[in-house]
Amino acid sequence: MSAYEPVIGVEIHVQLSTRTKMFCGCELSFGDPPNTHTCPVCLAHPGVLPVVNEEAVRRALLIGLALGCEIAPRSIFHRKNYFYPDLPKAYQISQFDIPICGRGEFRALREDGSELLVGITRAHLEEDAAKLTHAGGRRAGAAESVVDFNRGGTPLVEIVTEPDLRSPSDVALFLRQLRQTLLFLGVSDCSMEEGSMRADANVSIRPVGSHEYGTKTELKNMNSFRFLERGIEAEIARQEEIVGAGGRVSQETVHYEPDTGHITSLRSKEESHDYRYFPEPDLVPIAPDPAWVEELRAGLPELPLPLRRRMVGEMGLSAEDAEVLTEGPELVVYFLEAAALADPKACANWIRGELRAQLREAGVEPWQSKVTPAHVAALVGLLDAGTVTVPAAKEVMAEVIVSGEDPADVVESKGLGAMDEGDLAAVVAEIVAANPDQAQQLRDGKNKVIGFFVGQTMKRTGGRADPQSVQRLVREAVRGD
Amino acid sequence: MGLRDLTAAGQIAAVLAGETSSEELLDAHLAAIAADDVDAFLAVDAEGARARAREIDAMPERPPLAGVPIGIKDALSVRDVVTTAGSRMLEGFRPLYTATCVARLEAAGAVVVGKTNMDEFAMGSSTENSAFKNTLNPWDHGRVPGGSSGGSAAAVAERQVPWTLGSDTGGSIRQPAALCGIVGMKPTYGAVSRSGLIAFASSLDQVGPFARTVEDAALLLRHMVGRDPMDSTSLDWPGEIAAPTATDLSGMRVGVVDELMGDGIEPGVRAAVDAALGTIEELGGTVVPVSLPSALSGLATYYVLAPAECSANLARFDGVRYGPVAPAANLLDQYETTRGDLFGPEVKRRMMLGTFALASGYYDQYYGRAQRVRTLMVREFAQAFEKVDLLASPTSPTVAFPLGDRTADPYAMYMADVCTIPVSLAGLPAISIPCGLADGLPVGLQLAGPAFSENALLGAAHALEGALAFDTRPPGLVT
Repeated sequence: MSAYEPVIGVEIHVQLSTRTKMFCGCELSFGDPPNTHTCPVCLAHPGVLPVVNEEAVRRALLIGLALGCEIAPRSIFHRKNYFYPDLPKAYQISQFDIPICGRGEFRALREDGSELLVGITRAHLEEDAAKLTHAGGRRAGAAESVVDFNRGGTPLVEIVTEPDLRSPSDVALFLRQLRQTLLFLGVSDCSMEEGSMRADANVSIRPVGSHEYGTKTELKNMNSFRFLERGIEAEIARQEEIVGAGGRVSQETVHYEPDTGHITSLRSKEESHDYRYFPEPDLVPIAPDPAWVEELRAGLPELPLPLRRRMVGEMGLSAEDAEVLTEGPELVVYFLEAAALADPKACANWIRGELRAQLREAGVEPWQSKVTPAHVAALVGLLDAGTVTVPAAKEVMAEVIVSGEDPADVVESKGLGAMDEGDLAAVVAEIVAANPDQAQQLRDGKNKVIGFFVGQTMKRTGGRADPQSVQRLVREAVRGD
Repeated sequence: MGLRDLTAAGQIAAVLAGETSSEELLDAHLAAIAADDVDAFLAVDAEGARARAREIDAMPERPPLAGVPIGIKDALSVRDVVTTAGSRMLEGFRPLYTATCVARLEAAGAVVVGKTNMDEFAMGSSTENSAFKNTLNPWDHGRVPGGSSGGSAAAVAERQVPWTLGSDTGGSIRQPAALCGIVGMKPTYGAVSRSGLIAFASSLDQVGPFARTVEDAALLLRHMVGRDPMDSTSLDWPGEIAAPTATDLSGMRVGVVDELMGDGIEPGVRAAVDAALGTIEELGGTVVPVSLPSALSGLATYYVLAPAECSANLARFDGVRYGPVAPAANLLDQYETTRGDLFGPEVKRRMMLGTFALASGYYDQYYGRAQRVRTLMVREFAQAFEKVDLLASPTSPTVAFPLGDRTADPYAMYMADVCTIPVSLAGLPAISIPCGLADGLPVGLQLAGPAFSENALLGAAHALEGALAFDTRPPGLVT
């Protein structure tokens, strides 16, 4: 057990997936040729003025409401001044002392069922910088750097947490579940790889039991949760080593090298930036109509944590079912639609299991396939009523995947309906009669032999027999001999 | 009387009566610009103007402004026409779009003939900070036309065009209008879109008209005001800018700002303004003294806020995306050399001032405090307008000063705007009209009113204009 306790807060930049940029009408794009989504406004030509994207405000409000933040009745933009080639105005329009979303909190659920409560300091709106690419990798010593203004002006929400996190694994857990929530809200693609979600961590350590904060370092811009978790681990270890040796941690920005596992200091010199913030005179305050805010609050989708609780508590799903099905908003919607029409647990099993397995080869997700949630529910209903057997149901599903036909129609047209009890009993009787040795073994208590009879029956009936019924009928037939 | 002697309204009437055409008007004014000896224009787009004039002449129904020519301050973007804001930083720069106010005037039938000279990035009160040339005062070629919109003012006084657009941050329309003996108006902040106006100080900048008559100024303004989706700070102008018809000031209470009639006002200016106040009373108005204590802090407040805003507004000029660029070994060098070489000294001075005023540790002491004074000033003006309908003062404490007289003394230059700045800080509309001569040079009277009181201001200015009967023709001007 270490003598030190890590104290971690995170800042998350979320690119909003609006149609257009934060302050101009240019469309957002990812992967289009460089500098093809630009205009005088986002290139900072002389005389241009920013105009706030209302959809970005709406999404920022959704984020704030989902995080339980206080919504500012009136928030303002500031200019954050610095020269850099990725910032054509030489200032970023951001929010400073009056952000659109104030204090809130986020609850995450650990695997052991315990709850992780993370205070949200604020969430504010700003614009993204353009994208710089440095020939030869890192910017220090790069032979050449090129800039793509397509990304410049993309709406961003920056979410800042309180220093409430105490372990790298909690940070990763928090970020994963925050990401899930943002996906549910439909506000961002939240792709770490594509940079539409980026996280920085402020890390410090202090002696266990202490209530004061140590000097923090800022771990910049990791492009995966795993690297961030490992980076924080490495940074904690580095700080413990420094403090353990009687040294002092200096406030700086650090970088984690995933290849070597090393922490390097990034730019302690640039840390002394004076951004000369002042209120942006080209914009008026954001003062959302309270009725609009209430409308947004009322329209919030059911968020992952309460939803998972409901799935387990009311629908009889396992914790694992709930976690898998709340992976993303599309799957959840798909499941909930099916579960409204048939037994939720059976729907969960079929969606998680057979449906995804059968679709995997084609690389298609359930909601993209021809199988509708109503189809899943119908199939579960057919099973429940004993109209089809499990093996036949799998066949029906395969057919629905191809044709998109109604399961009941498939059962009808393909003759996949379960056999009548009397017909099945006749088949079983025939098979038992034809295999007297095995029948004797079963009578002698060799229960394993029942599998042989079931197999034979299934083969003969082409899967239209219910294995449970077959077992029962075999026993009856053997006893009746 | 030549075509150039007609007011803009007169020219419109002549076109509509079939007595002349837009192209004929254009030719008369282009000839005057070609013979220009006051250096009012930086660029003339004769070809574009002619094409547009012919287009308008061919219209079965003439648009309201009937193809009358106009000059545009070079701070306003006009698509494809070189727009420099008086700076080498934008030498040869052709904008990709046209400022909203200009586009609205073009749509109403104005023909843009060219871009007028100005102090670099609108910083100055004499147009001597233009990176390209000095503009001379039409009343005395040894004197400045005022600034920063000196080219626009001189062009109108010289009758090279009947009207022009200027921009006013702390007095840049009103002060040159006063010094050149014409009418200049700064509308309420937000009345005219700033989209396409190359920013100096965004919270103060406002576009407005220059003309020889109040009627013309009103007509131009009518076609410019109104909310623009491209400018979040623009507002719907309530109602319409009316043609001013008032001939008296009965019932009008006019406040004279004590603090703006003090020691710094030249005797000749004071005499002309006093005479105008007498005329106000003769017209049925009541003149009462009012006090705006914070007006004395106007200059100091302005020279914190405006430089602060300009330090950010001008940071975008780095030679990377447009404009000339200085050759350099690396990026930092390129920024430093380009900005070091291409900005003039006054612009650099203000950017330095502003950068300092916003620096952490100084912000509250400078920027924060200036904002508080500004708030106080807004309140004092509001209180004053509970007692009076309009406020009167000199527009400029002096008449036009000799070229070169103040270039070495920035503070003396800043003093030129001491009477106009408080109104700017309060975001209020104000008009300057010529009210007499002092030593043969024009004196301007400033009338200011509450927000959106443009019609009242224009009406009062019109009545006063009629009674004062100031002759706007500079001595020796041949038309």
